[in-house]
Amino acid sequence: MDTNKRKKFIKLFLSTFKLSACTFGGGFVIIPLLRQKFVDELKWIDEQEMMDLTAIAQSSPGAIAVNASIVVGYHVAGVPGALISILGTVLPPLVIISVISFFYQAFRDNAIVNMAMAGMLCGVAAVIFDVVINMAKTIFKQHRILPILVMAGSFIAVRFFSVNIMFIILACGIIGAADVWYQEKRRKEGASK
Amino acid sequence: MIYLELFWSFLQIGLFSIGGGYAALPLIQEQVVDLHPWLNMTQFTDIMTIAEMTPGPIAVNSATFVGIQIAGLPGAIIATIGCIFPSCVIVLTLAYIYYRFRGLSMVQGILAGLRPAVVSMIASAGISLFIMALYGQRTLPADLKSFDVIALVIFTVGFLILRKWKTNPIYVMAGCGVAGVILYSVF
Repeated sequence: MDTNKRKKFIKLFLSTFKLSACTFGGGFVIIPLLRQKFVDELKWIDEQEMMDLTAIAQSSPGAIAVNASIVVGYHVAGVPGALISILGTVLPPLVIISVISFFYQAFRDNAIVNMAMAGMLCGVAAVIFDVVINMAKTIFKQHRILPILVMAGSFIAVRFFSVNIMFIILACGIIGAADVWYQEKRRKEGASK
Repeated sequence: MIYLELFWSFLQIGLFSIGGGYAALPLIQEQVVDLHPWLNMTQFTDIMTIAEMTPGPIAVNSATFVGIQIAGLPGAIIATIGCIFPSCVIVLTLAYIYYRFRGLSMVQGILAGLRPAVVSMIASAGISLFIMALYGQRTLPADLKSFDVIALVIFTVGFLILRKWKTNPIYVMAGCGVAGVILYSVF
């Protein structure tokens, strides 16, 4: 391996490692940070491509932070680049959580930790409700009946009938595909008239 | 074979959590609490709390935590690989298609169709956590009045702060932890 390439790999690993170690509060936070690093600072990716790569990361299953570093790594140095940036992204949480879970039992029996955890659980619930309201708002803003029906139907299915989540995802994916197909067909018919 | 089971469970979590972050929450609950006896609900809410407070994606954090609890460090590594494997395959395929054809409209359309379902599932998981915070158990008890008042106060204040000032969730969480220590030791 020539030194230039090796330097690029090391830079890629260190960048993703540092970003992942400092990214609190979910995947959406890491995207502007990746953009700042790879578009503004290193200039490895141009603005438009970064937006498209972000769309890929957000529309693929799995953690957005992992997906985003895969596309960035792939763009910079192909499949080896993707593997290196995955390693950089996954190592910090793997190490931190491993350390915490080795101490978990002792940690959990402590009265103060217990009270803090009880308080933070309320915080987690509040954060989730906040996220849900923001997400539901974007659904209502589309002013279409189908997404609202899908939202209500899947809520009832999950909450009251404990339907397996994978079935719901598959069913809604099929509904989504049928919807796209129907809309495109209608648009084409509209254009030909 | 426990390693295989861990790998398979987290593979499904990785494959079906669409929309990032909290979308993984209901899936993790289903796999590690409902389908497998790996965590009880208290441990599950603990790991969600820890995952919020530490850097890294929720799915990766819980894969590591569950893996270690079940099968030590190798378990953690295997669960983590399981969780990111589907992402690798799908993201690389889409990236390849993107550089080849520069078009993803059908994929994006399907995912737009999934979004409302994702919202509902996160809402449902959020309700489970809320019930856990108020009653200390997974399902609503027969006597709805015997809830934890302190928990309700912390939740409400935290929620209002988030809605009103759009505060960074990490600060709200830390604040709720401090409030918990103070309020539970005073009352």
